[in-house]
Amino acid sequence: MIGVVSYLVFFLILSLTFGVAVLGLNLQWGFTGLFNAGVAGFIAIGAYTMAILTGPSRDAVFGGFELPFVVGLAGAMIASGIGALFVGLATLKLRHEYLAVATFGIAVTIQLVCLNWEYLTGGTLGLIGIPNPTKAWAEGPLIQNSLYLAIVAIVVGLTIAALELIVKSPWGRMLKAIREDEVAAASLGKSPERVRLEAFVLGCMIMGLSGALYVSFIGYVSPWDFLPILTFQIWTMLIVGGSANNRGALLGALIVWGVWTMSGFVLSRVVPSEIQARGGAMQAVLIGLILVVTLLIRPRGLIGEELQVSRHARS
Amino acid sequence: MILQHIADGILSGAIVSLGAIGLSFTMKLLRFANFSHSELLTWGAYSALVFLAFFLSFGGFLDGTIGPFSFGPALLLAMLCSCAATSVIAILLHRFVFDRLSRAAGQMTMVFASFGVALILRHLVQLIWGSDPIYYSNELQFAVLLPGNVRVMPDQVFLLVLTMFVVAALHLFMTRSRTGIAMRGVSENPDLARVSGINVDRIITCVWIIGASGAALGGVLYGTTVQLRPELGFGLILPLFAAAILGGAGSLYGAVLGGLIVGLSENLSVMIIPTTYKPAVPFLLIVAILYFRPQGIFGERSR
Repeated sequence: MIGVVSYLVFFLILSLTFGVAVLGLNLQWGFTGLFNAGVAGFIAIGAYTMAILTGPSRDAVFGGFELPFVVGLAGAMIASGIGALFVGLATLKLRHEYLAVATFGIAVTIQLVCLNWEYLTGGTLGLIGIPNPTKAWAEGPLIQNSLYLAIVAIVVGLTIAALELIVKSPWGRMLKAIREDEVAAASLGKSPERVRLEAFVLGCMIMGLSGALYVSFIGYVSPWDFLPILTFQIWTMLIVGGSANNRGALLGALIVWGVWTMSGFVLSRVVPSEIQARGGAMQAVLIGLILVVTLLIRPRGLIGEELQVSRHARS
Repeated sequence: MILQHIADGILSGAIVSLGAIGLSFTMKLLRFANFSHSELLTWGAYSALVFLAFFLSFGGFLDGTIGPFSFGPALLLAMLCSCAATSVIAILLHRFVFDRLSRAAGQMTMVFASFGVALILRHLVQLIWGSDPIYYSNELQFAVLLPGNVRVMPDQVFLLVLTMFVVAALHLFMTRSRTGIAMRGVSENPDLARVSGINVDRIITCVWIIGASGAALGGVLYGTTVQLRPELGFGLILPLFAAAILGGAGSLYGAVLGGLIVGLSENLSVMIIPTTYKPAVPFLLIVAILYFRPQGIFGERSR
């Protein structure tokens, strides 16, 4: 029984952590129509910033400032935001598919930097010993993990509350206006370029936050955690749940991560150990199938966007 | 040394060119960035492996090598069969995924779907053939020393000649045949082409066949000159996009020239940046071209 509960806690921590990244992507794609195919890169920036700010100091590697957890979270958001600002200034002029290709390339480049800039990132070995604040608060992994789940839940709650506030604000309506018809929005005196950049930076900051939560929980960071497949997983979560709906984004994260871990569990039991590596390939095929089938039979996702009508238009 | 980099660049660029032709055509005709196109190279390379085993089982004259090359008639036949098989895969994907989505939803939905299709295709290869590198043949090959102390393998010379032959054949097809001219018409203006009595669906099928065959050839040639790995195509996504965007979507010569530029800059880059950062070079090219000339070298400004 305890085993099931502790596994459930573990599962919820990871899926909600990814859920935060999905919320960031939802702001970019769901509400603003920005095709960011470099999600993994911005999660990586947040993750490494957390590791550098809060991790133990070590020889020959930069960082290890042993700063508090909350400072790490804030730093991760700021670092991802700065990265996004530069990327956005260079690429947001591009439309749709070119933006997708360019951001995909950025994520590949960021991963290369993580892999090769040993002084900053520890290279292929990554950075280990990242502290988990709950270790100091309680004894026993189950209680520690439950406390960490509470932290993640609070972060998710705050993020959703902030996003709902933003989306319902005049600025949020402007996002949708730009998504639907950029020319019309511009003709009303709005500046689409500026608003798109703001939404892009904000979304990437949320992705950085997700990376920071991930690293503190796992305890180490390695460049192999941020391969392009992570971007595809986050996108699948958003599409399955339903874009332009924050609850949908979170639901998608739970379902897709659930399918991923359950299929991994089943495969590890069914598939003989000498071809375990191929079991991982099965999981990826499954995620791809879920994405394609969802697009074919329910393109708006499980819970898609709610139709919003101006209160002046209601009879 | 610089001559060797230039030779290597032209050779790897030729493979990129073959793959980029199809990507560039589908970007122009179907108006979406197909992230799964590079997986067609992987499937081309691995399906040739199956056909190769089939033809080798006959023995006789098939089982042997031609001149200085590492391969014999069996691989040439396998290469042709692989073009057909890869075309079938591409047409099925179009029928059951991309075409349906292009009618039901927007072009961006097709891009998401291509993410999913890429995941499925790449990991199916891993599932079927495993992750270890595979070679078509264990024949040893001796490099030929060209003037200027440049070393090339005979297989690489074959790769270059075949690429030039394919491009020349495609040039004739696009300019002389009715289908080729209709294809250019559809890419300029699909509605006008349709009212002129062109069967647009048939033309799109043709584009997939050309694109998939080019990808299959690229994959097989990569397999002969390097090795077969499930990530073969995945590692080429950015080079392919860079070549297609550099050349301008829809342009045959653009894709070929783009491929050469990508290959050359990747190989020459090692003289100024560490080799480990080489995979970022195509990305820098993409950003540069989109900034300065978004329509590509040969592309026309869209209206």
